[in-house]
Amino acid sequence: MPEYKILGLGILSWMIFLPILGMVITLLIPKSMTKSIKYISVFFTFLLVVLSVVLYINYDAAKAGINSFETLQFVERVSWIDVNLFGGIHIEYFVGLDGISITMIFLTAIVSFMGAIASFSVTKNEKGYYALYLFLVTGMLGVFCALDLFLFFIFWEVMLLPMYFLIGIWGGPRREYAAIKFFLYTLFGSVFILITIIALYFSSVDPQTKMHTFNLISLVKQSGSLLGGVGSNIRLLAFAALFIGFAIKVPVFPFHTWLPDAHVEAPTAISVILAGVLLKMGTYGILRISYPLFPDATMYFMYPMAILGMINIIYGALCAMAQTDFKKLIAYSSVSHMGYVLLGMASNTSIGINGAIFQMFNHGTITAVLFLMVGVIYDRAHTRGLNEFGGIANKMPKYFSVVIIAFFAALGLPGLSGFISEAFVFLGSFSNPVIRVIAIISTLGIVLNAAYLLWTLQRVFFGSLPEKWNSITDINGRELLSAVPLVIIIIFLGIYPSPFLHLISSSVNLLVNIVTGAGGMVIGN
Amino acid sequence: MQAQLLNNLSNFYPEIAVFTTLLVCLILDVILNRKSIIVSFAAAIGLLISLYFLINQSGVKTRFFSDLLVIDGMGLFFKYIFVASTLLVILFFGVSKEIKNSVHKNEHITLMLGLTGGAFLMASAVNLLMMYLSLELASLSSYVLAGYSKRDKRSSEASMKYIIYGAASSGIMLFGITILYGFTGSLDLLKINQFISSANANNPAIIISIIMILAGIGYKISSVPFQFWTPDVYEGAPIPVGAFLSVTSSAAGMAMLIRFLLYTFVKVDANGTWAVIASIKWNEIIIVASIASMLLGNMVALWQSSIKRLLAYSSIAHTGYMLLGLTVLNQMGITAILIYFGAYLFMNLGAFYVVILISNKLKTDNIEDMAGIGFRAPVIGVAMAIFMFSLSGIPATVGFIGKFYIFSTLIKADMAWLALVAMINSVISLFFYVKVLKVMFFAKNRKSEYKITYSFSNYLILALFVIPVLFFGLYFTPLLKLAESSATMFGFK
Repeated sequence: MPEYKILGLGILSWMIFLPILGMVITLLIPKSMTKSIKYISVFFTFLLVVLSVVLYINYDAAKAGINSFETLQFVERVSWIDVNLFGGIHIEYFVGLDGISITMIFLTAIVSFMGAIASFSVTKNEKGYYALYLFLVTGMLGVFCALDLFLFFIFWEVMLLPMYFLIGIWGGPRREYAAIKFFLYTLFGSVFILITIIALYFSSVDPQTKMHTFNLISLVKQSGSLLGGVGSNIRLLAFAALFIGFAIKVPVFPFHTWLPDAHVEAPTAISVILAGVLLKMGTYGILRISYPLFPDATMYFMYPMAILGMINIIYGALCAMAQTDFKKLIAYSSVSHMGYVLLGMASNTSIGINGAIFQMFNHGTITAVLFLMVGVIYDRAHTRGLNEFGGIANKMPKYFSVVIIAFFAALGLPGLSGFISEAFVFLGSFSNPVIRVIAIISTLGIVLNAAYLLWTLQRVFFGSLPEKWNSITDINGRELLSAVPLVIIIIFLGIYPSPFLHLISSSVNLLVNIVTGAGGMVIGN
Repeated sequence: MQAQLLNNLSNFYPEIAVFTTLLVCLILDVILNRKSIIVSFAAAIGLLISLYFLINQSGVKTRFFSDLLVIDGMGLFFKYIFVASTLLVILFFGVSKEIKNSVHKNEHITLMLGLTGGAFLMASAVNLLMMYLSLELASLSSYVLAGYSKRDKRSSEASMKYIIYGAASSGIMLFGITILYGFTGSLDLLKINQFISSANANNPAIIISIIMILAGIGYKISSVPFQFWTPDVYEGAPIPVGAFLSVTSSAAGMAMLIRFLLYTFVKVDANGTWAVIASIKWNEIIIVASIASMLLGNMVALWQSSIKRLLAYSSIAHTGYMLLGLTVLNQMGITAILIYFGAYLFMNLGAFYVVILISNKLKTDNIEDMAGIGFRAPVIGVAMAIFMFSLSGIPATVGFIGKFYIFSTLIKADMAWLALVAMINSVISLFFYVKVLKVMFFAKNRKSEYKITYSFSNYLILALFVIPVLFFGLYFTPLLKLAESSATMFGFK
């Protein structure tokens, strides 16, 4: 397997730690040189995009990778803590990619780049802002690459620190409340993840070293024997605990109440990152950790997960319809769209999970554009009240054209990427007889989605323009630059999704085989 | 006889070094008759000499002075912590304006060394009477240190409360000791163990005596229900004294508690597993104390407006986390406590150091008055952020490592529910640690906006704390290896 090393350090480590390098440089620059600070962040996130293109070119889509060391790609594995204590502690710095994570890396790189460009609207304490921003990017990339549970947990938690400060210092009027709510809520969820990680650690035996291990791939290989073997209630409890921890991030009803506050109060670029990348970590965690480790519990909880997905879809859409704040509406639409992901995952079929991962990527790009556009109008009008606008389409035509593409993509209009992923999710969940009825009920979500999105279009863009907005300027070059690449991706993947699906299909097939037992594991139900 | 005396004395070199340093500093203080850095220097040199003797003692396991004291790996680890914290607090005394402006000359150094000496003895005592005497020695010094700012009414009040509470607690402890002595006929912990296990005596009197002795030790470690002195003393005493008490006094009490409970009331059977003897379920008492300490410390700290009181309640909560290591009844638990102390030393002293620096310039310990420090003194603000997150147990800091190992021992011992309680307490604690940061970074100070600068030596000392917190948070092998090699106790395998 070819080694992708630059200067002796693997490409994934470069990707994870380049933003830290950017952060250090940013901290050393005097804070009056704001232009340099901004361009450094843009430069480093652009480097991330370049590196992710390199990853794409060198990625071998035939390798599945979920439960074997050999088919993982871009692997780096270095022994980190090796102490003969407590029966042997062996923690590794183990990063690698397979089909599930590579798409998330792309998403993180491109959304961070767009966010860095959109962050130009921040006007105070840019040095601190960009330093925290780059630190956040490192945390996010680390979560998606890490294959050692201890390392995963460290990146998972580390990401919360810059988010707290970013929302709390540069946010809106209720930013302190939103920031601490976000921090405490997510930390509460990670308590459950930590307990499960420690419990898994103690019940595992590494085949080579005969010690306990945090290594996810080793754990997956021995997943039949963890925590009392297949059929024990502790496994179900562990799956539920992990699910609660990840569900708070997704967010799944009833753990979603932090999302509207955090999204509304965060500055534009941070909302973009939050909706675009951070929400995906929850579902990524379930796919990466819970599914391969506890396939029996996955099948056992299929029905409840589908119900939660359905509630997300319909409840999120209904809440969005009731909103008068533009950003809050998009926040609730995020809740609704993540419900599709959950439904697709619950279907445990190849098409369903393909659709779920595709929906994760699409939701990232589409919601990023939506939040960027909200930021554009907020920068001009300093209000987000939907009832205060009207007739913007004529005043800001270029802005309107971008917004319309984003709205229709969120709707699921055929020809844009949102349609394909939603279609696959429904195909998958229909084909699973257990959750078919839930899928049928969830299709109501499509109608509700269309309802609030089209109504918002009508309220904001059509009709007559109120007097006070007569001097609004159209979208400028920088703001267009921060949104257009994402729009191009949305349109491209809507017409030709095959490059994306081709990347993930072999991993998803393997995952479905592991979960449904075609991989030779006994499922008790 | 003479050979035995020399042998005993040769085991006692570290303590001799500390007490000799105390006398030297006392004499220097009298000779110089003014505030001088020479006394601090002499104390530091004396402590380094004592450290040298300690390092020579590694690997030794013996009892001496007619079985009053013991040397083993665990005692050595705690003594390293004492030396480290004393050296760092000497730096604090040098930096703090409260001490510089006090009417005393250099008494704080001698008193501090007295506490350190008492702590050394507390960590080695295996005889009930020695336990009591060393506790009193350490406590007497801390009573006076708490009242060091003579002109400040709060300081005198703190000292008064401390003396009364401490005297009452040690009186109850002495009563418990007499009950235990009367019942078992011996003051030596190991002989008491033999008596109880051979007679298989499970008598309510023993449980009562344990609880009474716990009153004395619990007051030293600030565990519920003996924690009432802690907030008032931390608030009234000068900040370096609060810092010193929080680490050294707590560690000494914890060392004594571990020895007392494990030597007296644990039996080791053939394949090395520990069990409580004669069904005296003292570990359930510890579980209750631990949960109560965590809950009370974290819940009440939420409401504090003074950062000194907040740190006091936070140290009550941390005592709760540490006591969890005792509840599992195996070697892993003790090692986890040692790792936790290693982490606690740096992060707690670091947080107190930032409070000293802020109080030097702002002359206040009210949290609301610290508004905007994050931007007026960014380095201090970021350092405080690191310490607060570490105290709360966020990964990538050493505080997480300490908590991680405590939780691991609990889960391994099938007490996952207790780990869940402790973790939820960590989440609750985040709220008040972050409240300090919220005021520092999010609020604007209406009174002044000017930049606050500190001297380079202040930043250098700050780095002494920040670097270990971050470094050991990411690469904690040295800490683990030190704890592992130190977790051997005399008489246990």
